[in-house]
Amino acid sequence: MADMSLKKYPIPEQEPELRNKNFAEVSLGYTEDLARKEAARCLQCKHKPCVAGCPVQVDIPGFIAKIGQGDYEAAYGVLKSTNTLPAVCGRVCPQETQCEERCVRRIKGESVGIGRLERFAADRHMEKVCEAPIRPALNGKKVAVVGSGPAGLTCAGDLAAMGYAVTIFEAFHVAGGVLMYGIPEFRLPKAIVQKEIDDLRKIGVEILTNRVVGRAETIDELLGEEGYSAVFVGTGAGLPSFMNIPGENLNSVYTANEFLTRINLMKAYKWPECDTPVRIGRRVAVVGGGNVAMDAARSAKRLGAEEVSIVYRRSEEEMPARLEEVHHAKEEGIRLVTLTNPTAILDDGKGWVRGMTVVDMELGEVDAKGRRSTHVIPGSEHDLAFETVVIAIGQSPNPLIRQTTPGLSTQRWGGIIVDEKTGATSKPRVYAGGDAVTGAATVILAMGAGKDAAKAIDELIRSEGN
Amino acid sequence: MYRIVQKKTLNAQVKLMVVEAPAVAKKAQPGQFIILRVHDEGERIPLTIAGYDRVAGTITIVYQEVGRTTRALGQLEEGDSILDFVGPLGIPSHTEGIRKACVIGGGLGTAIAWPQAKALHDHGAEVHMICGFRNKDLVILEDEVRAASDRTIVTTDDGSNGVKGFVTDQLKALLAEGNEYDVVIAIGPLVMMKFVSALTKPLGIRTIVSLNPVMIDGTGMCGGCRVTVGGKTKFACVDGPDFDGHEVDFDEAIRRSSMYRDEEKQSDDLHPCRMGGLSNG
Repeated sequence: MADMSLKKYPIPEQEPELRNKNFAEVSLGYTEDLARKEAARCLQCKHKPCVAGCPVQVDIPGFIAKIGQGDYEAAYGVLKSTNTLPAVCGRVCPQETQCEERCVRRIKGESVGIGRLERFAADRHMEKVCEAPIRPALNGKKVAVVGSGPAGLTCAGDLAAMGYAVTIFEAFHVAGGVLMYGIPEFRLPKAIVQKEIDDLRKIGVEILTNRVVGRAETIDELLGEEGYSAVFVGTGAGLPSFMNIPGENLNSVYTANEFLTRINLMKAYKWPECDTPVRIGRRVAVVGGGNVAMDAARSAKRLGAEEVSIVYRRSEEEMPARLEEVHHAKEEGIRLVTLTNPTAILDDGKGWVRGMTVVDMELGEVDAKGRRSTHVIPGSEHDLAFETVVIAIGQSPNPLIRQTTPGLSTQRWGGIIVDEKTGATSKPRVYAGGDAVTGAATVILAMGAGKDAAKAIDELIRSEGN
Repeated sequence: MYRIVQKKTLNAQVKLMVVEAPAVAKKAQPGQFIILRVHDEGERIPLTIAGYDRVAGTITIVYQEVGRTTRALGQLEEGDSILDFVGPLGIPSHTEGIRKACVIGGGLGTAIAWPQAKALHDHGAEVHMICGFRNKDLVILEDEVRAASDRTIVTTDDGSNGVKGFVTDQLKALLAEGNEYDVVIAIGPLVMMKFVSALTKPLGIRTIVSLNPVMIDGTGMCGGCRVTVGGKTKFACVDGPDFDGHEVDFDEAIRRSSMYRDEEKQSDDLHPCRMGGLSNG
């Protein structure tokens, strides 16, 4: 009989006033007892509506049932059979708009805590199980993967499991892409990402860091002289957008990419033990309303900023960030300055930021995209004081691959054009997925695309025989 | 890991290293750069490629020991390895169609200007080269420069070697002699590039400068290297590092280059002995 309590069992977390001064993970995860209790809330529906909400179709009631039975390793096995990175997804997936949104328990009360349970099973496996994953027999074919973010890792993992010799080319000095440089330690500990990557290496995936495809080898060379049968492009959306307002090149104006990379990848929070610094200042403004903006704001707070403000042109309800992230940010003392849009970043006279000129906004009609339009309130212009400004208004795909790969069709805004089901691009043997195709989206969508492409690549190569 | 096959001291602060990096050497072209990281807590720093050998699979870099990373690099010896070494990055220099050029190197910039002069010279262009240094102890690559140019002028600010004065004075003199250059290439401190560009702009002489700002990834992701060129924001890593000197906002570039001056100073104060204890590799 299912546990009919209306709410999820709360997940233990670090207290806001404590955690906003450290980079340790905010959420502490379910204990065994809490996980068993939460698992008992699952109704084990026959029609499994939750599974349809998952981009990689995890057998959700299946793994939850195993947790309920106390067979955690079997639960992990169910997860891992369709999800390459369960410990990551349990933490950063927007479950509330995917699996959990469709949970029958939501009709009356809260959904089952699917993400929390996924995380529990994955963490439990990492703690308790140390046997090396099985290395599959090679089938004699090579596939190259460009980029080692969620899309690339998933595609590589699936192909390696099928017996392909997979080589990942990564531009940075560590693999993981946005999981390493973008999402902060307090939301996704780097050791967890590293463990997933180490497991991929153990099943035979070769990862070449410091390799910028397009500048060093090109995709044509990979398919030609380098002898790869196919290439998967998962290069993400790394090109930062700007507001194109005066003052954006002043000192201590950062893109969120730079700010977060300095902190996460280059460990600026450990400066001066680590060599890479970051400028924080007393008052920090983060412009934008997505998860990246929340990450930047919460990082700034942890690095000692007295006052951190999220400056967003719409209202809190319209923020694209996950509810949980907005909630965590507010708990940690981040101010939300909504319906406010910057029109200029102000110079202190020596080339450093002293603040921003902003205008107040009001919401109008719902536009074609389903978002409410915004209008400037006349005469509302005023100045706010800040020492640091972080621009977190979005990213688009990096142009390097499209500039160096003849025959690869892209959208006007830079996204690679693909067949939705297979990830096949306009160029034979070249597949793509993740943010490089969709523009900045979620980890799990990128993983789904990597998975689909792996399947399509396998079908292509097998259709050609040996 | 990227093995150092040769290390040479060019002057008290400037060193040359030949580094094994076959994937970089295979594609490197003049004007491009690499990014390196010496150890696991280290910064990523960009260095312009001073030379490459496709057969040996090596890249030559020249650097001045001015910060933590370059000092740590200076501690490495032949046979040691650099942890990370990525490239070639940036757009190669355009040298087609140039028949007569004046190539100007300022200090360390001489090491970058020299291969450009050599490339032009090898393609049959007439090359005049002006190399400026603060004093005679800092002069580097004088023989190499002489071999790569039809006319060579070495200046020192204090006159302790070659001609006394600044590179701009010598450029003025060469122009006064009636030399007509298709292009002036200036590589060195931002202030030098600013003044060379200011001199050539009213004369309408095409002037190329090479920028080397603070950056992290070198692939267009962080935007730390942004520079205003012709009123538009460009990324030095993917749109450069070569730019039209007449269009670059040098004052902004100079200001941005000082963004971490306080941190660099604090870091030096905190770790005076760190480099001595640094292990190799």
